[in-house]
Amino acid sequence: MSDDSEAVEHVGGTTITFSYVWIALLVMTGIEVFLAYEQLPTLIMLTSLLGLSVIKAALIIAYFMHLKFERLSLFLTLFPMLVLCIILMLIVFMPDSVRSLNMRVS
Amino acid sequence: MSEAKAATMDSVWHGGASPYAIGSKKFGMWLFIISDALTFSALLMAYTYVRLATPEWPKPFHFSPSIIFSSIMTFCLLSSSLTMVMAVHSMNHGNRKATVGWILATIVGGLAFVGLHLTEWLNLINNEHITVSGNEWGVPLFGGTFFALTGLHMTHVVIGVIYLGIIAFAVGRGKFKYEDVEVSGLYWHFVDLVWMFIFPLVYLMSAKI
Repeated sequence: MSDDSEAVEHVGGTTITFSYVWIALLVMTGIEVFLAYEQLPTLIMLTSLLGLSVIKAALIIAYFMHLKFERLSLFLTLFPMLVLCIILMLIVFMPDSVRSLNMRVS
Repeated sequence: MSEAKAATMDSVWHGGASPYAIGSKKFGMWLFIISDALTFSALLMAYTYVRLATPEWPKPFHFSPSIIFSSIMTFCLLSSSLTMVMAVHSMNHGNRKATVGWILATIVGGLAFVGLHLTEWLNLINNEHITVSGNEWGVPLFGGTFFALTGLHMTHVVIGVIYLGIIAFAVGRGKFKYEDVEVSGLYWHFVDLVWMFIFPLVYLMSAKI
């Protein structure tokens, strides 16, 4: 699409922004490892680990993958259906796993 | 070309030449990433499903070496994502030499990840006696889901290293444009992103305390 010039003017983060994002991602990974060794109930542990992972994923998508600086229409085309599919998978399949655990012959 | 550009300036809903204002290569990569994200979601969900349905799920990941290794692997991937961003940044400024350097740094990060991951696998296979179809806990599904999930991810990393190698080689020879480097960066960040879910769900949730 763009013409042949090497340097395309591009809106985006600066080197410093990317470094901050990288540090934030490392800190959150550190917190995750720390949480793994706290004796938390499984549900709280799972929620906090997944919550941190979703924040990390959002940071990577927004800054590293540049989506924050793209048109909103691109985001709206790609992500709502991804989230919907994942939620559908969760709703349709997950309850069965606990059910099969309870139906187990001991 | 200027007419096409003018068309994109129209309202998005009038179907300009490029309603998303990005090239077709980049859009294609985004579509691939979304479909690949669904593949990994399905695998992660399958892992979580069998885990929830199994009373005695194995917890074979000792702090040393498994958790230490997987933490360093996370560091390698996150850092390689940063170097990839720098590569795209350099290419945006037309500095091909720096771009090649940053991409090579990214490749080193990817190779370190694969090396550490394989060492970790061998540790599990040799010391914890976990195979694809059996282990000491009597939960064969652990090996099946674990190796399928991490194996598919490692395959993505290996393909990414080869992909970046080709991009670095071509950029060094004055071929390819900014968009090609950016598209390869998208793929690399996605591989990093998937690991951000595998690491806590598979490793941290099964750490041996």
